[in-house]
Amino acid sequence: MTAGTVPASTIPAGLNREQLLEIYYFLRLTRSLEERLVNLYRQSKVIGGLYRSLGQEGESVASAYALRPGDILSPLIRNLGSMLVRGAKPVEVLRQYMAKATSPTKGRELNIHFNDLQLGYLGQISHLGDMVPVMAGIALSFKLRKETRVGLVYVGDGATSAGAFHEGINFAAVQHLPLVVIVEHNGFSYSTPTSRQTAVERLAVKAKGYGIPGVTVDGNDVLAVYEVTRDAVERARVGGGTTLIEVVTYRRKGHAEHDDQRYQSKDEIAKWEGNDPVDRYVETLQKNGWADSTILAAIDARVTGQLDQAVAECENDPLPSIDTALTEVFANPPSAERLWFRDA
Amino acid sequence: MPELTYLEALRQGMWEEMARDERVFILGEDVGIYGGAFKVTEGFFEKFGASRVIDTPISEAAIVGAAAGAAHMGLRPVAEMQFIDFISCAYDMLTNYVATARYRAGLSTPIVVRGPSGGFVRGGPFHSQMPEAAFFHTPGLKLVAPATVRDAKGLIKAAIRDDDPVIYLEHKFLYRRIKENIPEGEDIITPIGKARIAREGKDLTIVTYSAMVWKSLEAAEQIEKEDGASVEVIDLRTLLPMDDAAIIASVKKTNRALVVHEDTRTGGIAGEIIARINEQAFEWLDAPVMRVTAHDTPIPYAPTLEDFVLPQAQDVVKAARWLLAY
Ligand SMILES: Cc1ncc(C[n+]2csc(CCOP(=O)(O)OP(=O)(O)O)c2C)c(N)n1
Ligand SMILES: [Mg+2]
Repeated sequence: MTAGTVPASTIPAGLNREQLLEIYYFLRLTRSLEERLVNLYRQSKVIGGLYRSLGQEGESVASAYALRPGDILSPLIRNLGSMLVRGAKPVEVLRQYMAKATSPTKGRELNIHFNDLQLGYLGQISHLGDMVPVMAGIALSFKLRKETRVGLVYVGDGATSAGAFHEGINFAAVQHLPLVVIVEHNGFSYSTPTSRQTAVERLAVKAKGYGIPGVTVDGNDVLAVYEVTRDAVERARVGGGTTLIEVVTYRRKGHAEHDDQRYQSKDEIAKWEGNDPVDRYVETLQKNGWADSTILAAIDARVTGQLDQAVAECENDPLPSIDTALTEVFANPPSAERLWFRDA
Repeated sequence: MPELTYLEALRQGMWEEMARDERVFILGEDVGIYGGAFKVTEGFFEKFGASRVIDTPISEAAIVGAAAGAAHMGLRPVAEMQFIDFISCAYDMLTNYVATARYRAGLSTPIVVRGPSGGFVRGGPFHSQMPEAAFFHTPGLKLVAPATVRDAKGLIKAAIRDDDPVIYLEHKFLYRRIKENIPEGEDIITPIGKARIAREGKDLTIVTYSAMVWKSLEAAEQIEKEDGASVEVIDLRTLLPMDDAAIIASVKKTNRALVVHEDTRTGGIAGEIIARINEQAFEWLDAPVMRVTAHDTPIPYAPTLEDFVLPQAQDVVKAARWLLAY
């Protein structure tokens, strides 16, 4: 901060300036990494589909940032930002999308379906809702071992319709487990508007049915999401049980890159573009004198450099060798049988 | 005669049934305005309206359960699973409720549950499955799996008209890859329970279905050209009830049999087909009945791995040669 600018106002939510800048770094990293992935997708280097979180990076990053070392989260397809905050590396994500042998799942699974329980994230499977009961189990292990650790699981507005969501959150609630359930109300599940997914207006009211606290927060307000999540996480940590947080946001891209978004109104997309979480956060930082454009530009440059390096590092990695196709099916015996008709 | 893709033929079959019978309606995720993840139901919402093309929540158990209830009341629901892999979320409904309804309670449940199945599209473990074995094992469900454009249409129409629950497995690799001339206006119905001879031959029978029909035909051509042997390919079309007569007649003619499917080996339906051949044609066999299947792993994402795990035409060639030389 140069002399003569407005004096910095007090930073909320117990955060300090370094943390504010770190949050900015993760926001920028998430958005820029996805932009790199779009380029790779257009060059057909991404093997499967590509799922963007444009406009939702704020809630992903801010909620994950509210966790501590030892806590574990389970992301959804649009929670790339949460994974990065927990320590997943851009190069790992790039390798996953490109099905490289060097990817965390050795080319077996796609996009952000991978885990590192030490760093604190458990990858999802595609079947929506399934991670809610599994994360209840992770939280149960914390409770049984009397550890002060917390679980956090993301679920889409659409996936709240899945039976597994209901069973999992109810299980956590009645067992009083240290679990935070973040429901991402982003307007759509694929093409289906939230109004055709559920008859409630506010998804937070579902918490009532489980006997747990439910809160709604502006998902594009980074600091608000941080604060609400931190409160729920810290309550869970001291035995306060499960909380449901509804983050209200908007999916500005299609379900996946191939989706033409014919069902989304252009005006609505434009409206939400004006409510971009990263832009809003930058404005907050600058308006309050917590960061100036020079320091933010330096972070942008750092992100660019890191991503240049990450892409260069893995773009030419090989696809997995067929020698790995049948291994690690069980702990013992580890490999599936190679069938007799398959040439060596 | 207009040339249709497999997907268009399926769409046309459903369309004709909707137009013919007002009891028929569609329900599933994103099937309405969006026309389905693969656009199978494109245009249906505009033509038939929101009450007959219903966008549902992400609730496979409720989709199938609601279809069953409506079917009890005389409607003819066609339920879409966005990917057939998600049918596992409705496993309880299908196997416990739907499959037993007629036997235990005398209830008619004429539903169709359909969806894109199969691999070779780099979909990874949860967008590549062939789910037939789990349902094949459950008495009370019918299972069909078209390989051709004609049967894509003929089987959906037959499934909708059938008075029992039918699981219709369409193969997403075939959706836009195969084309055929289908006469307009002709009421194409592929009878459920009837296999088809996809290629005549006299030295070896290959029993197969769905996308593997095409790999088997490719193998048969190669063997004819390179070895001079003649291979018959039976396209089952219906997996349940199985057309034993067609299989056995062919095996009695060729005296050798190979079963080919895309599903994994252990517990896959090839085991059942081989048992039936043993029971009904053992004395006609000149060689053990063998099978070509996927390896016993989840379906991996990377092209190299997926191509290794799933069965390929060259595997069929190798197994066929072994049998012919036996
Ligand atoms: C059980 C199940 N059914 C269907 C699908 C197919 N599917 C994948 S994502 C999706 C929409 C998800 O919407 P939402 O939960 O709101 O998450 P968002 O994409 O908005 O982040 C659907 C229907 C699935 N993955 N799992
Ligand atoms: Mg959503």
